[in-house]
Amino acid sequence: MEAEEKKHIEASLRKYGASERALISVFQDIQKRRGFLSEEAVRTVARGIGIPASRAFSVAAFYGAFSLEPRGRNEIHVCTGTACHLKGADRLAGSIARKLAIAPGGTTKDGRYSLHEVRCLGCCAIAPVVKVNDDIHPQAVQDNISEILENYK
Amino acid sequence: MKIRNRKDLAQLKKHGDEQLFPRGVRITVGLATCGIAKGARDVYGALKRELKSQRFQAALEDTGCNGLCSREPIVTVQMPGAPLLTFADMTPEDARALVRGLKKGEIPLDKILCRTDRQEDIMAGEMRSFTGGKPAGIPAGIAARESLPFFKYQKRIALRNRRAGTQHSMPKYPASGGFPAAFSALTGMKPEAVIAELQRSGLRGRGGAGFPTAAKWQAVRAAKGARKYFICNGDEGDPGAYMDRSLLESDPYSVLEGMLIGARATGAAQGIVYVREEYPLAITRVTGAIAELKKAGLLGRRIFSTDFNFTVTVQRGAGAFVCGEETALIASLEGRAGEPVEKPPYPAQQGLYGMPTCINNVETLASVPVILSRGGAWYSRTGTGKSRGTKVFSLVGAVDRVGLIEVPMGTPLEKIIYDIGGGFSGGRTLKAVQTGGPSGGCIPARLTGLGADYESLTAAGSIMGSGGMIAMDNTACMVDVAKYFMGFLRGESCGKCLPCRQGTQVMYDILEAITAGRGTQQDLTRLRDIAGALSQTALCGLGKTAANPVLSSLRFFKKEFDAHLAGTCPAGVCTDLIQLSINTKKCTGCGLCRKACPAGAVKGERKKAHAITQKACIKCRACHEACPAGAVEIR
Repeated sequence: MEAEEKKHIEASLRKYGASERALISVFQDIQKRRGFLSEEAVRTVARGIGIPASRAFSVAAFYGAFSLEPRGRNEIHVCTGTACHLKGADRLAGSIARKLAIAPGGTTKDGRYSLHEVRCLGCCAIAPVVKVNDDIHPQAVQDNISEILENYK
Repeated sequence: MKIRNRKDLAQLKKHGDEQLFPRGVRITVGLATCGIAKGARDVYGALKRELKSQRFQAALEDTGCNGLCSREPIVTVQMPGAPLLTFADMTPEDARALVRGLKKGEIPLDKILCRTDRQEDIMAGEMRSFTGGKPAGIPAGIAARESLPFFKYQKRIALRNRRAGTQHSMPKYPASGGFPAAFSALTGMKPEAVIAELQRSGLRGRGGAGFPTAAKWQAVRAAKGARKYFICNGDEGDPGAYMDRSLLESDPYSVLEGMLIGARATGAAQGIVYVREEYPLAITRVTGAIAELKKAGLLGRRIFSTDFNFTVTVQRGAGAFVCGEETALIASLEGRAGEPVEKPPYPAQQGLYGMPTCINNVETLASVPVILSRGGAWYSRTGTGKSRGTKVFSLVGAVDRVGLIEVPMGTPLEKIIYDIGGGFSGGRTLKAVQTGGPSGGCIPARLTGLGADYESLTAAGSIMGSGGMIAMDNTACMVDVAKYFMGFLRGESCGKCLPCRQGTQVMYDILEAITAGRGTQQDLTRLRDIAGALSQTALCGLGKTAANPVLSSLRFFKKEFDAHLAGTCPAGVCTDLIQLSINTKKCTGCGLCRKACPAGAVKGERKKAHAITQKACIKCRACHEACPAGAVEIR
């Protein structure tokens, strides 16, 4: 692991306190910074807190927010909440998957996009929605999705 | 400015009043998640630039969500002595035209939604006038806000600060009646008296279970521990519900004031707002509000110059539905996988780090300051039976006017769907109302005379839940909806107990087989058997209620299950049971379907009727969505 990343992790441990209760917050920092939790990062955090690596991995694997593999530069989240489902969220996800030739959970070979299905973004009034990075796109349909995605390089 | 006493509060309120009712023109733009998604930031930017280039003096402010999510972006204009004007569906161009109009002393009316001459200050129990009672200098013929059906039938208590931009701003919150309740709770009232007031109000947990709030607070108060925690549960996971997101984004002070009162009543010194990570704006706004309250001395040490200390931190969730369950939430806060544990002991006795812990839902807490200000008896006058007060619903799905609404408990579902929601356009009709998320069920159209309250919804095989209300029309397949919820639960089951882990999986597989046309009558029996076992043996509420969506669908929509067993999906949803074809009489030969088809299954020459090659069709419906003539039919 790069020395710089180690420093970041140490800083997070100082910020939240090197105890088990800080585990999720520290992971959230790493996930945000690096886009995923590498095996080495999880082990480093476990050592820093003084818990078995297995326990740290169980937390990393349990929560949907954490990825153990690198994700694409642009993260596409298709909302699959009830309102979005009724308005064709699964067809939309299928359409994106076909266009990018990846399955939900996957990342394109060029590392440009990752595709995820998310439980509910709470934007039910403007369903169906797709979130790309931090932008929520209302009323996303098969017809306009290519155009939306094109803007994310 | 530190707020120590009544005089400081009055001064802060005066300061806020000057902002809420300024001498000049005040323009607000709703900048909550839905508004931003629909382009409200661009509208805000356009207003800002146009005000500058036109040299027109006006205070431009961002505010939260007013509830009418279907009409975002929403802009309000307030001129001294005139009614507040609300504009909907605004674009940057409309925004520029608005400023140019105002400069010339005209009001462009094409995007006008309504006028508000006066509005109720629910905390004070009085009406506040925008016009000072004088005739207003605005064009005639603009609908009054209270005449619009969307607003007319609502009673907004938890959503009280959705009127004219009172959100996420420190001086405007007290100008809307904030803080006297907390002041009384901390300085005058005994904790027992605070709890007694809540008891009188009949307030029950708005997160779903409906446990009496006063009883919970009393239990935490009575519990012994070296320290106590007060947690606001903002892990709003039910798909189709977003009132907690909206409250935290648009009115975080109400929630935090509720926490402060609760902390005092229960004796907690540490507070945590647990917000799911899918709500980044809510996290930002509540974090900002906490910082403002600290600055004002309303969080921290010696609040209101008493010996009461209370600090609040924010914890982001990490994407696990089960963490809305309180023991799983606690596990998550302790840095472990969010797996529930058996109750008792309840968190009130042994919660976070083994200490007595009070966990309340966001909407519950937002209701608390009003109850203290107006009295528990006042609150309990609204509602029905054991369901007192009001409930916020996110009314979404197939109705015309979707949005966030608040109605007296017991308001008939049909009133919500047809009057507030505007019913259905285009010849569609109501099939079912889904409430309670994955723990709830689908209520058929014929039962919509029922009231929206804890008891009635439970009797109808659903639950109140956190307040998601999804109206489904005849294009929804009830077997598919049952499968959808089971798929959700199968994915979100934490895996700790076998009945939930395996039960949801097996039920999902059965439903999958039925929607694929491979189901048998025996499968329906098996579904019922597993459902029974699941509800009796699962460890936590998530598992115990996991079968509800399937059971309610089987109870009310058995015919649709039978149709699937016979190989048809009446709503035309289940891909294995449908066929898409082009009605040659309607087809204009425009070719849009051919272009939209990712499988090359649509063939046809320009200006001639097209046709779908069934073998190649993947049933993605792209042609159906693309056809402007409605010629692509699903059977």
